Amino acid sequence: MIRTLLTAVACIVLLTAGVPVKSGYDVGDKVADFKLKNVDGKMVALSDYKNAKGVIVIFDCNTCPYSKAYNERIIALNKKYAGQGFPVVAIQPNDPTISPGDSFDEMKKLAEKKGYDFPYLFDETQVVSKTFGATNTPHVFLLKKEGTDFKVVYIGAIDDNAKDASAVSKKYVEEAIDAISNGGTITTNKTKAIGCTIKWKNA
Amino acid sequence: MKYILLPILIACSLATYAQNASIIKLPQLQQMMAQKADHIKVINFWATWCAPCVKEIPLFEKLGQERPDVKITLVSMDLDLDPNPEKVYRFIARKKLQSEVVILDEKDPNIYINQIDKNWSGAIPATLIINSRTGKRKFVEKELHEGELEKLIAELE
Repeated sequence: MIRTLLTAVACIVLLTAGVPVKSGYDVGDKVADFKLKNVDGKMVALSDYKNAKGVIVIFDCNTCPYSKAYNERIIALNKKYAGQGFPVVAIQPNDPTISPGDSFDEMKKLAEKKGYDFPYLFDETQVVSKTFGATNTPHVFLLKKEGTDFKVVYIGAIDDNAKDASAVSKKYVEEAIDAISNGGTITTNKTKAIGCTIKWKNA
Repeated sequence: MKYILLPILIACSLATYAQNASIIKLPQLQQMMAQKADHIKVINFWATWCAPCVKEIPLFEKLGQERPDVKITLVSMDLDLDPNPEKVYRFIARKKLQSEVVILDEKDPNIYINQIDKNWSGAIPATLIINSRTGKRKFVEKELHEGELEKLIAELE
């Protein structure tokens, strides 16, 4: 009896281990609403952005050297595009028990020091980050409003040069927003970049 | 005379620990990946700034010493963020790394990441295991823990 039970358990473990995990949103997918706590203590939901033309969702953190390299560029993105209807919403996905520098308190300090004029949300359960399929920081999901829905139109990097903002040749996010703002199509809707892996909670 | 000899001697003794990491381009890495051989290739993508990468490096070092049928290559991605390779050289010397270390020098990650492996998002640590006899490969994008590398290698045999 015990042996059959053990075999059954082993089979289930083996079978489920082979099932590919759904890896988040793809370009064209509709985004489910989410609600997370901002560094000011208030909750922010995607559905709060009723009048936006879209939202630049960026999975970002305090500690990753790539996040640091892109920090000023992220602040500049919001300054440039919030007024055009595409505000930045930054989401911090890392588990602070693994990465203490990404705790809610540290997030508050960074947002204050850098004068963030956009939300910096804490995805404490990591559910939103998993739903999106975020893999690294900073990882951009550009959303476009269609009716009452938000749809993913671009996934990837901010631009093509992490180390040197002045040597960038392709500004992926800016080019994508400019394209849809002018009613055009986005030429590059998915990119990859080297980055820090998200510090997932230990299973 | 001994004032000249001393620095040379120190330099030589350091050189026995600190191997040279060559700076390579993507075609060289691809050639390394494709080359037929009798061993299992374990290619790890890391950087000195990446805490989980640094944490798992002893596992690769240990495996490389224990298994003559496994060839470890640690591919540093440091130049993507910092043009100076000095940090990598210092890291190799400090940790007395025995595994082969190469430093990838490429411009457009959006192109080269897919050419290394389509399943790679670009996040590190990431590890590619290739059975050079069969050509079968496995790619994992996460920090590895004790025993996991051996398991992944066994799956390719």
